[in-house]
Amino acid sequence: MAEFKQADSVLEWFDQRLGVVKFAKVMMTEYWIPKNINFLWAMGVLLSVMFAILLVSGIFLLMYYKPDVNMAFDSVNYTIMQEVGYGWLFRHIHAVGASVIFLIIYIHMFTGIYYGSYKKGREMIWISGMILFMLFSAEGFSGYMLPWGQMSYWAAYVITEIFGGIPLIGGDLVVWIRGNFYVADSTLTRFFMLHVLLIPLGIIGAIVLHFYALRFPHVNNVDGEFFDFDKEAEKYMAGKHKESKVVPFWPVFLAKDFFVLGVFLVFFFYLVFFHYGFAMDPINFDKADGLKTPAHIYPEWYFLWSYEVLRGWFFPVGPLSGKDLGLLAFGFANAIFLVMPWLDRSPTVKPANQRPYFGIWFWLMIADLMVLTLFGKLPPTGPNAWVGFGASLTFLILFIALPFVTMAEAKKAKGK
Amino acid sequence: MKEFKILAVLVVLVGALYYGIEPYAHSVMHPEVAPANFAFDDLKNVDTSLKGNVENGKVLVEANCIACHAIETAGHLQIMSNVDAAAAYGVNPPDLTHSGRIYDKNFLANFIFNPVTAMKLEHKYPEGGAKAFPMPAYNWMQAQEIMDIVAYLQSIAPKVTEDKAGHEVTYKAACARCHSMQYAKLDATTPGDTLKTYLGVTPPDLSQHIKSRGEHYLHTFINDPQVLLAGTAMPRVGLSEKAQEEVIAYMEEIGDSKKAERESVGLWVMGYSVIFALLAYLWKRKIWKKVH
Repeated sequence: MAEFKQADSVLEWFDQRLGVVKFAKVMMTEYWIPKNINFLWAMGVLLSVMFAILLVSGIFLLMYYKPDVNMAFDSVNYTIMQEVGYGWLFRHIHAVGASVIFLIIYIHMFTGIYYGSYKKGREMIWISGMILFMLFSAEGFSGYMLPWGQMSYWAAYVITEIFGGIPLIGGDLVVWIRGNFYVADSTLTRFFMLHVLLIPLGIIGAIVLHFYALRFPHVNNVDGEFFDFDKEAEKYMAGKHKESKVVPFWPVFLAKDFFVLGVFLVFFFYLVFFHYGFAMDPINFDKADGLKTPAHIYPEWYFLWSYEVLRGWFFPVGPLSGKDLGLLAFGFANAIFLVMPWLDRSPTVKPANQRPYFGIWFWLMIADLMVLTLFGKLPPTGPNAWVGFGASLTFLILFIALPFVTMAEAKKAKGK
Repeated sequence: MKEFKILAVLVVLVGALYYGIEPYAHSVMHPEVAPANFAFDDLKNVDTSLKGNVENGKVLVEANCIACHAIETAGHLQIMSNVDAAAAYGVNPPDLTHSGRIYDKNFLANFIFNPVTAMKLEHKYPEGGAKAFPMPAYNWMQAQEIMDIVAYLQSIAPKVTEDKAGHEVTYKAACARCHSMQYAKLDATTPGDTLKTYLGVTPPDLSQHIKSRGEHYLHTFINDPQVLLAGTAMPRVGLSEKAQEEVIAYMEEIGDSKKAERESVGLWVMGYSVIFALLAYLWKRKIWKKVH
């Protein structure tokens, strides 16, 4: 055992035992971030804060929520919303937060795509991020079931039914997921478990991995410039603050993030208190009724694009039914972002506006995702069905074309 | 400057998305219908310009109405229990204490003349059909006599206070014979199984209708249910605009009881966030001055 001398201060006492001074340096004051960034680089901190807000509000909700088909609805809408002091506040924060966190996730994700922050050593950042996206999707879906309203019930019904399309095991799989032949109490209690324990554990693990994955390749910057972080850090520590290309995470990077966070929170709390209908669907204030199908069933907004990819295929092609095709397209759409680093065959790391072909591809993809999202909510009748089909097909084509587009772009760059 | 451009792009994209999936999609799924009509001027069987005679109205009411209806305020108490009354009529006949106040005058007169047409229930009670509406039409009465009855009912109706207690009185008189409101601990006065036989369905509990339907929908729906939900068993009840507002206010007081608290706390929290953002901006300027 090492020799311990008498500590002169509380800090030193902890430092002797936990190495807190070194830890603070590694995590904060000597964790280097490029200086050449814009406010889009603050989304990671926004997401961390949002996750903390969801965790805390969720803990308060958990104290009063009752995962039982006979009690769930009233435990949310009466006990929490009306009886418990500020219960309504925690529910509003949790419901609106769950919706808004996806907006920030999408901004974060498309920022990564726009600036090419997923390749040349940054693959694991991207992959751990996409794992987080999938975990958050599962968390959002399982949480949406808990208030046990009409939309909770029917969204659960429709989404679990999707697995029935998988060949051979589909039917059994649906029963296995639901724990019953229909969406029932067993479904609610297991999704409750997933929502409050298993998926959050996975999310926390994936967040740690995501942060860790940033350590070696470092954060990208607005020009995609590669430089020696150690050299720039030395410059900074030698006092050449203006000359160095990096800044420490604390206090410099966070000073900017706190400002972006402040502006974001004004917007967020406006939604929480005054404009929450988009995240708390009116139909979900009707108690779940398995015998009464709502006229319109739609998922939350952040799932609309992939729901529309699924729904776009409404007619059979050869031996495959529309449902089969939709399921294939849906599987493709949900997996394809994961392999983004290998679809982009160009070695260039530059923002999309400085890449001739990829720039066009990026904005086409954004436009297509917008069309998918908008039509994902509209009833799929008449011309809407064909727009949905067109947008779904476009999505597939865009991603199949991406390797060729980027290869052509790389060739063009070489030719210069 | 570049950052503002990026922000502008974000705002435009998110704004377009929001418009499409919220206001626009909802306008497609729930097309606008004819606005609420509180004049009930489709009903023209009774000349409502006639001035009613309260004294004569009292005589007519005592001769024609109190065999089935209680009028507590005039001393005619309910004779049967709720269960027995429901069994006898299908649905509990209303106490007429508040009817002169909560119902529109034109509606009430035409209702007495012919309840089924006034309530737009011809699809449930077609003329000469097997089932008859429990209350007979008084279309044999003179318009003057009907207006006398209306004048009498208006004269005895007690005023209510402009608060939750008053709203509750109106709600109970207008809705509570068929609808329960669990969050206000109010059960429908007609027993559930009797109602289901009578209407074909159990009417929904109204605890959360202010949220699930919203004020805008309720405003049109209560005024004329057939417009938004053709074929529904719910009759047009003929509430005056004021009475309907009291009913909706009560639904909000029960279903969204924390609204006032939410709106006041909201301003404080947003104010705090603004201060936080301003302080963060000043701190950011101070810190980044050293590195730029």
